[in-house]
Amino acid sequence: MASCEEDGAVEEKENNNKKRTKGALATAWLTFYNIAMTAGWLVLAMAMMRFYIQKGTHKGLYRSIARTLKFFQTFALVEIQNEESVILFLVVWTMTEITRYSYYTFNLLHHLPYFIKWARYNLFIVLYPLGVAGELLTIYAALPFIRRSGMYSMRLPNKYNVSFDYYYCLIIVMLSYIPLFPQLFFHMLRQRRRVLHGEVIVEKDD
Amino acid sequence: MDALALEATSTKKPANGAVEAGAPVPAQAPVKRKPAKKAKKAVVFFEVEILDAKTKDKLCFLDKVEPNATIGEIKSMFHRSHPQWYPARQSIRLDPKGKSLKDEDVLQHLPVGTTATFYFRDLGAQISWVTVFLTEYMGPLVLYLMFYFRVPFIYAPKYDFTTSKHWVVHLACMCHSFHFLKRLLETLFVHRFSHGTMPLRNIFKNCTYYWGFAAWMAYYVNHPLYTPPAYGEQQIRLALVIFLIGNFSIHIALRNLRPPGSKTRKIPYPTKNPFTWIFLLVSCPNYTYELGAWFGFTLMTQCLPVAFFFLVGFIQMTVWAKGKHRSYLKEFRDYPPLRSPILPFIL
Repeated sequence: MASCEEDGAVEEKENNNKKRTKGALATAWLTFYNIAMTAGWLVLAMAMMRFYIQKGTHKGLYRSIARTLKFFQTFALVEIQNEESVILFLVVWTMTEITRYSYYTFNLLHHLPYFIKWARYNLFIVLYPLGVAGELLTIYAALPFIRRSGMYSMRLPNKYNVSFDYYYCLIIVMLSYIPLFPQLFFHMLRQRRRVLHGEVIVEKDD
Repeated sequence: MDALALEATSTKKPANGAVEAGAPVPAQAPVKRKPAKKAKKAVVFFEVEILDAKTKDKLCFLDKVEPNATIGEIKSMFHRSHPQWYPARQSIRLDPKGKSLKDEDVLQHLPVGTTATFYFRDLGAQISWVTVFLTEYMGPLVLYLMFYFRVPFIYAPKYDFTTSKHWVVHLACMCHSFHFLKRLLETLFVHRFSHGTMPLRNIFKNCTYYWGFAAWMAYYVNHPLYTPPAYGEQQIRLALVIFLIGNFSIHIALRNLRPPGSKTRKIPYPTKNPFTWIFLLVSCPNYTYELGAWFGFTLMTQCLPVAFFFLVGFIQMTVWAKGKHRSYLKEFRDYPPLRSPILPFIL
């Protein structure tokens, strides 16, 4: 394709008023969204705690919150085969997301309590690896069932001339954690050094 | 070469000539010199300092720079003191956050004093765009044919080296191969780019995109269990027409637009040639036609991966077309307002 990649920075003479309205609208939406997500994850956390207090076990907990969870986390969840790993990542996600969304919310409102900032940039050190472990174990445990049932998969021949194997897709997803998780984790570590310790990080030039 | 050096050589030549021809040349030399001396003004040499755009460190200082030196020449001089930064990876600008200066820009025509300060940014390892284009287009050509001929280890062994029983599969192979052959020829003989290189990482990015998609599409179209289009021959024929129009029209349209050898940038207008009529409606008809070609191919193969390839290409080309359209609007005050970037009236 005749490439226009060389046409780098095209300056736009934007109307200043337009920019300001767009900014205010975006901020309003983001504030609403972040409050909603914080609330959603709080609801989930409370549901999980209530279930555990009432039933005394985590068995069946996932099923009871599945619908609420799917609303707040757009994630094609696998058929749960291993409840322990599910609880692991659910607890981790809940803690992480509540911290993260309340951080964003407070940030937007320009009133950020230090303990939220502290939580966001310290808890992840423990929560991220635990969360990844929980996710990977859950996927791994579900693989045989997915293979057997052929769920979310499509085989040839069909009129769209496409096929999709959810089993292999999940294997690729698991493998992608290997490059992606370290990147995410070290990015958070760099952010932590910058935000909490005021270190000036000179970004590498692209 | 500066004026002094030129004068030196011009006096030398007549002297040599005199030795061979025996003509009274010395009389000529002073006559030649006088008019040159009259026209000669005091040459104000420039000083050029080059600073790092981020750290503002002084990287290089050049003195006695010709006022008519180009940025390209300055880049060569800079390269001599910093051999790891060949000219193609240098970005020289007047302002650390500003746009890169062009190689053709002349020093004395820039808004600088006699001591010019430039800022340097390393563009990273560069690779010639010809290399990138040839590599990224060669992949789909070769890969598709491998799937078409059902090379071993792709499909089940009993299908090795067999051919599809559907004639549309043969047609699709011809179309696909023709298209990429055309692109290779365009790269070698047609395209003119203002910048000879692009960042090295582009070759990996671009090849992954083209080769990956080509393999994905080719796998299904040439599959033993391939299902031909639902509306059969009608669908295929219509698809072929669209594909061919998409591939040929742009060349027929652009062929007579710019006289050979000229570098004029002017707004293309529709002429008597019906293929140029699209200029009435669109800024980037090359992208419009390209979309048509891949839409045709999607229709012909009725294959979802092909539809995805078309969709992704559509998005990318729209982004490029909008950028080009915006720069046309900036450059030409009288740009026809009816035109859209890529899809008439829509996008």
